Amino acid sequence: MLLQLKDEISSGSAEDYLHRLFERIERSRLNAFTTLAKESALEMAREFDARHWGGALAGIPIAIKDNICTKGIETTCSSRILKGFIPPYDAHVIERLRAEGAIIIGKTNMDEFAMGTSTETSCFGPTRNPWDLERVPGGSSGGSAAAVAANEAPCALGSDTGGSVRCPASFCGTVGLKPTYGLVSRYGLIAYANSLEQIGPITKTVEDAALLLDVIAGHDPRDSTSVASEKNYLSSIGGEIRGIRIGVPEEYFGEGVDPGVERAVWDAVSVLDDLGASWRKISLPHTKYALPAYYIIAMSEASSNLARFDGLRYGLRVGEDRDWHTTFSEIRAMGFGKETKRRILLGTYALSAGYYGKYYLKALKVRTLIKRDFEHALKEVDIIASPTMPFPAFRIGERITDPLSLYMSDVFTVPINLAGIPAISVPCGFSDGLPVGLQLMARPFDEALLLRVASAYEQSTPYHLRSPEVV
Amino acid sequence: MDDVIIGLEIHVQLNRLRSKMFCGCSTSYHDAPPNTHTCPVCLGLPGSLPVINRRAVEFGIKVALALNCSIAEETMFYRKNYYYPDLPKGFQISQYDYPLATGGYVLIKGDDGQERRIRITRVHMEEDPGRLVHAGTIDKARYTLVDYNRCGMPLLEVVTEPDLRSPKEARQFLDKLRTILEYLDVFDGNLEGSLRVDSNISLAGGDRVEVKNISSHKGVEKALSYEITRQRNLKRRGIEVVQETRHYDELRGVTVSIRTKEEAHDYRYFPEMDLVPLRIADWVPRIRAELPELPDAKRERFREQYGITDDHAKSLTSDIKVADFYEWVAARADPKLAAVWIADVLKGELNYRDLTIESFKRESMLEIVRMLSEKEITDEIAVTLIRTILDRGGSPREIVESMGLKRADDDYVVRAVREAVADSQEAVRDYLSGNARAINYIVGQVMKRTKGRADPSVAHKLVKEEIERQIC
Repeated sequence: MLLQLKDEISSGSAEDYLHRLFERIERSRLNAFTTLAKESALEMAREFDARHWGGALAGIPIAIKDNICTKGIETTCSSRILKGFIPPYDAHVIERLRAEGAIIIGKTNMDEFAMGTSTETSCFGPTRNPWDLERVPGGSSGGSAAAVAANEAPCALGSDTGGSVRCPASFCGTVGLKPTYGLVSRYGLIAYANSLEQIGPITKTVEDAALLLDVIAGHDPRDSTSVASEKNYLSSIGGEIRGIRIGVPEEYFGEGVDPGVERAVWDAVSVLDDLGASWRKISLPHTKYALPAYYIIAMSEASSNLARFDGLRYGLRVGEDRDWHTTFSEIRAMGFGKETKRRILLGTYALSAGYYGKYYLKALKVRTLIKRDFEHALKEVDIIASPTMPFPAFRIGERITDPLSLYMSDVFTVPINLAGIPAISVPCGFSDGLPVGLQLMARPFDEALLLRVASAYEQSTPYHLRSPEVV
Repeated sequence: MDDVIIGLEIHVQLNRLRSKMFCGCSTSYHDAPPNTHTCPVCLGLPGSLPVINRRAVEFGIKVALALNCSIAEETMFYRKNYYYPDLPKGFQISQYDYPLATGGYVLIKGDDGQERRIRITRVHMEEDPGRLVHAGTIDKARYTLVDYNRCGMPLLEVVTEPDLRSPKEARQFLDKLRTILEYLDVFDGNLEGSLRVDSNISLAGGDRVEVKNISSHKGVEKALSYEITRQRNLKRRGIEVVQETRHYDELRGVTVSIRTKEEAHDYRYFPEMDLVPLRIADWVPRIRAELPELPDAKRERFREQYGITDDHAKSLTSDIKVADFYEWVAARADPKLAAVWIADVLKGELNYRDLTIESFKRESMLEIVRMLSEKEITDEIAVTLIRTILDRGGSPREIVESMGLKRADDDYVVRAVREAVADSQEAVRDYLSGNARAINYIVGQVMKRTKGRADPSVAHKLVKEEIERQIC
C-alpha cells in the first residue's frame, strides 16, 4: 500500500494529500494524536511537490509515537512531566525517515511512558478504538495503531517494551512488528525499560512493515546495543513458505483465552498449513514465569530511567522553587500519573538492598530460562504462532482500575521481549466484530523469514483489507 | 600513631583524554563558560544513550597495570542511583561487580623510613557529575547554579586497603600516585578538581568515619590530622566514635557530619543495559608493552646508570619532567654534578618561587654544569646564575659576561689577597695570636674585592700563605 501511495503522491500532490489527511485527523473522535506537526509537514509537502526528492519513503506521511524524539516537535511520552519538552535532536529512526524522504505529520498518543496496554494512562486522555469507540485501542502505542487503522496516517512508528506495538496492532486490526533487540537503534527513544524495548512499524500490510524496517534498521554507533542489518526485508517477502515448520505453543491457549481469538488463530494455522507449511504443537515450559519476571525487570529499569525527570532542565515546573528535594519531589508528584508512580515505586523496591537478589536477580535468571525455551523451540521449528492478545479490545475503563488484570493481558507478548526475538502481529479475523491478531515469532535477526511467512498468510486472507467504519 | 587506620578512595580525572567518558564532548572545559561543553548524552536528555570511550578504558587499564593490579577478563558498567542536581540522569554510570581491575599495590616510604607496600583493593571507572556553585555556603545558599561542563568526565576510582598508618603516609601515597599518573600521561594534576579524595579513618577498636570532599593532595594531611585529633578527643572523654560520613571544609580546616550510618544511601546498583560488557583481557598485552618506565624503575636505573645517591635518584624521579630534564643534562655533562645541582639547588629554587621545571631551560642547566666542572665558575656564582635566570631571564654565558662573574684568574686573586692582608693587619695579628677564625674575615675581604669570583677555598689557602710569607 505504501508503494502505491508513493506513486500516487509523486504523480499527484503531497500537499493535497496532507490537507485531506489533516482534515480527517481534525474531525476525528479517536484522540490518536498528541501533537500535530501540520505546518512543518505542509511546508515539506509543498517542497516535495516542487522538487520531488527521491528516497524509499519519498513524500510518505508518517505518524510517530510520542516517546520518540523529534527535533523541534514537542515530545511528551503522554506525560505531564514532559509537557513543553521540545527535543533539540532527532532520534536515529527519525533521521533515517527524513533521509528517505518521509514527512512527519505528528506525534501519537500512548500510555504514559509506554506503561500500559490500553492507552488510558495518557495525560491527554484515552485514544479510542476505531472499530468501537467505547473500546481501547490497546497500548501502549494505541495512538499509532488507531491512526493507521482509521486512515489518519498511512503508517506509523511505535515502540514495543512488552507488547506495545503488537497489542494495539492486534486490537486495531493492523500489522505491528517488534524487531529483534538491537536491530533498530534506540537512540532518541525515551526509555521505559531499556533492555527490553525496540522501535517498530505499525502499518496496513506486512509489505509496508518490511519497507519501513528497511529504512529504520541498521547499526548506529550511538546505540551500543545496535547491530548491522542486511537491509533486504522488502525483497525477502513474496516467496513461498512451503516446508516452513510452524510451532504452536500449548501454553498460549486455554484458560483465559477468548474462544473467538482461539478459533481465529487455529484458522490461521490451517491457512499456513494450506500454504505448504507444516505445524506441530510445541512447549515453552517457562511461559508462566514470564509475566512476573517481565514486570520486575521493566519496573526496575523504569525506576532508574525515569529518575532524570526532575523539572530542572526541561519539562514541567510547578509552584515556587524551594530547596532541591522539596521542589523536585513536588514536580514528580504533580508530573507523573498513577500508573507511572506505581511502577517507579515497585521498581525502586525491587532494586533495594536486601530485595535485589530476591527479585531483580531472580527475574534475570527467569529471563535466561525463557530465552532458552525459545532457543530450543526454534531449533525444531522455524516460526512460532500464537494469539497476540488473549482477547480482543476491552472497554475503556473496564480494566484500568485493576492493574493486575491489565498486566495479565500481556501474557503472550512479554516473553518475546524477554527473549529479544522478533515477532509480528497480523490481522487474522474477528471475534464479535473486533479484530484479532495472529502473533508470529522467529529466530533472532530472522525478520526476513518472519515477514515472508506473515506476508504469505496475509495475502491469502482478506482481513487486512477491511477498514473500520469510523467517524 | 600505631593505632591509626586509614584507607583512601581517590577519584582521578583522566583529563588527558580528548573526549568524555560516554560522549564526544571535549574535556578541555576548564577555562570555558559554564554549560558550553555539553550534548544530549552528558546532559542526560531523554532518549540519549551512552557509548563507552574506548580510549578511556585503555587509560584505566594503563593505570591499573602501573598499580600492579590484575585486569579483569571482562568488565561491565552499573548504574548508581541517587537524586542530586549535579547528576542529570538521576544515576551515575559507574562500576560495581566486575570492576576494571583488582588487587594491586604501591610502594611508599613509611614514617619509620622503611619501604611500605600499600595494597590497592580495586580500580574502577565512572563518569564525573556536574559542578554545583552555591551562592554562599552549602547550608545557607540562597540558590545554587549547575555547570554540566564537568559532567561525564572520565573518572578513575582507586580504592586502597586500610594500610595507611598516618596522615603523612596518606600524603606520601597520594604523591606517589600522582607521580605515576603523570608518568603515564593520563592526567594533569594542575587542573582544578583533577584529584579528589574520600578517606576512611578509624582508631584501633573504634568505628570507621568517612571523610569526603578532600580536594587536594595537600589537603589530605590536614583533613586527616583534624579527624584523628577529633576522634582522640572523643575517646579521651569516653565518648564512642560513631560510624558516619563527614564533609571536609577546606576553608575552615574542619570536618562536619553530613550523615549517620542510619541515613546511608541505598544506591540500588544494577547493570547498565545500554552498555555491553567489555572483554578487555585481549587488550592487556599491548597496553602492557606500551607502558613507560615507571618511577620506581627509573629511580633504580638512575642510581645504577649515573652512580648517584638514592636520595638524588628519588628526588629526580618524583616528577617525570624533572627526570627527563636531568637525563638530558646527564647525557651531556657530569651526571653526578648534574644530579647535585638539579636535585639540591634547582628544585629548591623552583619550589621557593612556586615554579615548575618548565621555567628553566635545560640548555642553561647544561651550561652551568659544564662551567662548574671546567672550574670556570664557583659554586657561589652557579647559585647566583640560577637565581638570576629564574628572576630575570637570560643565558648563563651572557650573565657571566655582562656581570663579570667569571672565576678570577690566579694573578687577580693573588693581588686581591695581598691587598686584603695588607689592609687587615688587625685580623692578621688576631690570627697570629691564636684566633684561627680571624682568617675568615680576611677571606671575606678577598671575596669582596673579587666580587665573589674567587674560589673561597683557594682564597683561604692563599691568605694563609701570604700571612706566613709576611712573618718570614
